[in-house]
Amino acid sequence: MNAPLEAIEISLIVNGERVKRSVPARLNLADFLRNELELTGTHVGCEHGVCGACTVRVDGEIVRGCLMFAAQADGCKVDTIEGLSDSREIEELQSAFVLTNALQCGFCTPGVLMAAQALLRDEPDPTRERIREYLSGNYCRCTGYQAIVDAIEAVAKARVSRNRK
Amino acid sequence: MKAPRFAYARPASIAEALALLEKHGDDARVLAGGQSLVPMLNFRLAAPKVLVDINRIAALSGIKVAKDRVRIGALTRHVELERSADVARHLPLVAAAMPHIAHPAIRNRGTFGGSCALADPAAELPACALALGATFIAAGKKGERRIAAEDFFRGLYATALKVGELLVAAEFPLPKPGYASAFGELARRHGDYAMVGVAVHGSTQGQKFADMRVVFFGVADRPQRAAQFERSLDGRPAAAKTIAAALAELDADLSPRADLHGSAATKLHLAKVLAGRVLKKMEGVAA
Repeated sequence: MNAPLEAIEISLIVNGERVKRSVPARLNLADFLRNELELTGTHVGCEHGVCGACTVRVDGEIVRGCLMFAAQADGCKVDTIEGLSDSREIEELQSAFVLTNALQCGFCTPGVLMAAQALLRDEPDPTRERIREYLSGNYCRCTGYQAIVDAIEAVAKARVSRNRK
Repeated sequence: MKAPRFAYARPASIAEALALLEKHGDDARVLAGGQSLVPMLNFRLAAPKVLVDINRIAALSGIKVAKDRVRIGALTRHVELERSADVARHLPLVAAAMPHIAHPAIRNRGTFGGSCALADPAAELPACALALGATFIAAGKKGERRIAAEDFFRGLYATALKVGELLVAAEFPLPKPGYASAFGELARRHGDYAMVGVAVHGSTQGQKFADMRVVFFGVADRPQRAAQFERSLDGRPAAAKTIAAALAELDADLSPRADLHGSAATKLHLAKVLAGRVLKKMEGVAA
């Protein structure tokens, strides 16, 4: 693709399904997921990359959905909170969040879960300090983070002890 | 809070990108990681007619170690620098800076070249490039040219890159034996741009400071070497006492402007505190 265009044909895999659309160049990935595909679990908070509510996975790595254009996801594999939830990949985290009361309004929760899953994939047994540091890019205005850290730590410990057996 | 309208192009090679940049001139902006440019578009601080997305140009990515240098491609993501064994081994200053740059999801997209070409005065990598004496490589229609880090950063969000040029890489000389580095910054929240930061590189061989390069960021319109401070370290014992005695020189070297983070006096004070802490951590410095 060489000539600059205002409408772009894209083809990508979202939560395991092939999706083809024509999108305006200026449409960001989070808005594309929400408005075109009705995947509204990806939330849009600050729209400048600070709050982390729009966190999604592109080709396996978490990114800000508001700081990437849908056109840039052409040919990519995108996973949203709906995909991770349906595949049960984050089932343990979800249960732990409920158990420890790690969400109140829930606005930040999808982004926090995406980030937490990415952390535990790369670092199975993080310290509380490391969990806090990793989640520093995900704002929660309700919980004060304590219960979120509790939940992630509990899942990490459970997975580690299970893997030892 | 949405980006203004623009036309999008995704060149597959450096030559294609340069052709687009030449054709559209001032109307075009390069889209690398987009972690600063997209917020600027959303805030309508920038409104280019054309975005040239270089993310699919494989030749711009990667870290290569040669006999006397490390070459970092402009499109190399922060996360690649963070995880690179070569960077940890040969450019420990850059490795030490990485955890301070934003957050994991941002580091997965943000690029080395994007950070340097944007030239935010509070950014970490431009200061590291200056401290390590890196050379930037820009491609244009007449070929490549090399720009020393000293000449590359020209002011607030301003670099030596010309319209139509593309930053393709930077080369860092391999540190000589006896050289060490240290890095630190103060930020209100983890991952924020620094209120004050410092990147240090120099020799502590034989328990003496030599060839010290002390670069502050977040205190001027660009990363800034502290020349008097460096001079009052060089040739003296690599020890806490020397550092403490030299800190007063920063009054002459730095004249920070007040900003949202604090008054000029506060920033100068923090620069001294930080320099004292960071230099003491340098390998080879006696307590």
